Amino acid sequence: MSTPYLEFLSTELGPGLVAGLWTSLVVIGPSVLLGALIGLTVGVLRVYGPVPVRFVANGYVSLFRGTPLVVQVFFWYFALPFIKIGGVSIVLDPIPAAIVSFALCSGAYQSEYIRGGLNSIKRGQIRAAMALGMTTRQAVTSVVLPQAFRRALPGCGNEIVYLIKYSSLASLITVNELTGTATTIAKNSWRNIEVFCTLGVFYLFLVTVATGLLRLLEDWLSVPGFERPKS
Amino acid sequence: MNFSVALSAAHDSLPYMLGGVGWTVGLIVGAMLLGLCLGVPLAVAQVYGPKPLRRVVGVWVWLFRGVPILVQLYIFYFGLMSWLSSLPGLGGLGLDSPFTAAVLSLGLTSSAYQSQIFRGAIQSLPAGQLKAARALGMSDRQAIRTIVLPQALRLSIPAWSNEYSILLKDSALAFTIGVVEIMARMRAIASTTHEPVSMSFVAGVIFFFLTWIGVKGLTLLENKVRIAGYTRQGAA
Amino acid sequence: MSESSPILEARGLVKTLGGNRVLENVSLNIGRGRVKVLIGPSGAGKSTLLQCLNLLIPPDSGRVLLEGSEIDARNRRELCSFRQQVGMIFQDFNLFDHLSALDNVRVALMKVRRMSKLDATERAVAELTRVGLADKAALYPANLSGGQKQRVAIARALAMDPKVMLLDEPTSALDPELIGEVLAVIRDLAQGGMTMILATHQISFSAGLADEFIFMERGRIVEQGSPAELLAKGANSRTKAFCAKISELTGEADAEFRQ
Repeated sequence: MSTPYLEFLSTELGPGLVAGLWTSLVVIGPSVLLGALIGLTVGVLRVYGPVPVRFVANGYVSLFRGTPLVVQVFFWYFALPFIKIGGVSIVLDPIPAAIVSFALCSGAYQSEYIRGGLNSIKRGQIRAAMALGMTTRQAVTSVVLPQAFRRALPGCGNEIVYLIKYSSLASLITVNELTGTATTIAKNSWRNIEVFCTLGVFYLFLVTVATGLLRLLEDWLSVPGFERPKS
Repeated sequence: MNFSVALSAAHDSLPYMLGGVGWTVGLIVGAMLLGLCLGVPLAVAQVYGPKPLRRVVGVWVWLFRGVPILVQLYIFYFGLMSWLSSLPGLGGLGLDSPFTAAVLSLGLTSSAYQSQIFRGAIQSLPAGQLKAARALGMSDRQAIRTIVLPQALRLSIPAWSNEYSILLKDSALAFTIGVVEIMARMRAIASTTHEPVSMSFVAGVIFFFLTWIGVKGLTLLENKVRIAGYTRQGAA
Repeated sequence: MSESSPILEARGLVKTLGGNRVLENVSLNIGRGRVKVLIGPSGAGKSTLLQCLNLLIPPDSGRVLLEGSEIDARNRRELCSFRQQVGMIFQDFNLFDHLSALDNVRVALMKVRRMSKLDATERAVAELTRVGLADKAALYPANLSGGQKQRVAIARALAMDPKVMLLDEPTSALDPELIGEVLAVIRDLAQGGMTMILATHQISFSAGLADEFIFMERGRIVEQGSPAELLAKGANSRTKAFCAKISELTGEADAEFRQ
């Protein structure tokens, strides 16, 4: 008989997964930040940008939302080195390739929520700010963005939770994050059910903590009229 | 990368890649139906059920929305299903096939998401609908079946088409457990031809096209079952 | 009625929106402490005129002068400082939805006039008190009634020390029972000597307030004169005919303010 589960967990599985967790966070952290930055920029451009820029931004969003993330991951890691421009090609290591794929995909989704938030602001709000003598910049920073951000926050938060789950795809390009580590342990120990169920618990933990933190942020920013939609 | 070489490689690969469409569509249809059959009762239970039942549904949703699809594929294929089919009497049922495991994990995840779609739709109906049905002497079960659900399901179609495109993209992960759908074929052919750029392009186009067809189809369905007064705005 | 030194003056305003001439060569001026009331059917161009006076809508041609000097709409600094001196009240309030009543009044004081937070707060509370809402300072627009929202909007404009106030149908979006509280504030302002141009359908209320009625139709000023003149018994004015039509429809609501 093999060792009991608890012993397996404390000696092999647990330490392995905790190490994988750190790598997961190394992938997730920059992806979330970059994705938010891309989403904000692209979302603003899609609403206020000149027509050609809007066209390009919309194309980017439908391309990255319309194809599976795993195809994108595959592209950035395996296919990108084959593209040579002037004899130069870019080769990304697994972790940077994962971050690039996740950030670009997440940014496309985030921009949808930013765009929705910006579009939800009534024209009268900007007009009233102008009537008080605010410059365009003042109106945008003290009236438009605070409102748009609150409207976009629940959607953007969901997107972050998705990103945490989909960070598991990094294991497919040899990143030894949570899922990658678990796959190795499962192969070596032949204890598939235990390993993968424990892995699931790790993700549940991550997702639950992230959801809780996002709720706190929403409540902290909440004002009457901008409450979280009851879900 | 030579453009004409890439183009001809893409062209040559097309029949093989398209052969994966059947598997992909099978995965989506299976998962959507499983998600629907479980999602509707889950939603009804969560809105009208007694408190303990609502708790159970809550845990179900939390569980299947919290665990990544990839991890669920591993749990079902490498773990649960091979264990199940090793039990006496369950051997020859094909439970340990990659396809079954993939439909199960995609479908169960979808049931969690679909239940929340339906729940939102049910809760968006005016309370007077149920009251009026009760006033006519309907039992709660009759009222839910004949009054609430026909309205709620209509309202759900837009969100449903969103769920379709999510499932389509998630189904591409089934290659990891050996379902020979589009992504699996793309990887195989890319590694033999050394043309990963054109192959991922072909796969992307096929997925894009499938998304478009599905969303169009569901819009048609929405128009077909439309009743005056039940518009997308009604669901918001 | 001659006005030697008008505070705000518009000369030959023309505006075309979507192919329609909304303003057709409109000129008007208003002297210190005066109250002028714009009346006329909807679509007459009253709202466009008010927003052109504030340059929120740039006129196609024509000039706007504040205390005799012309405003250059292309000069951003000049434009912003001009708008600070001209208070604007909108039909649908346009309170900033993410800010409390206090912050709505305070935000421009701090951002535009660069007052310290302490001074801005003091001023904002004073203005809210003036419109009778000191106890609602912490509430957000979503928690205020329509009448309260409009009073906050008035406090917000007053806090900028405007030389003239433009009010664009301030009570049109209000439930009938809430109109009175807003009209009371407007009356106090007029009696306190505030210069105002007011577009409204509250004829009998404004007749008691206005130095002059300006009747607009199809983008033109058709008639202007004192209310007494235009509404006098036997006067054969367009204004009178229009007012008769309105009070048939809203007679009761108006009667309350006839006093």
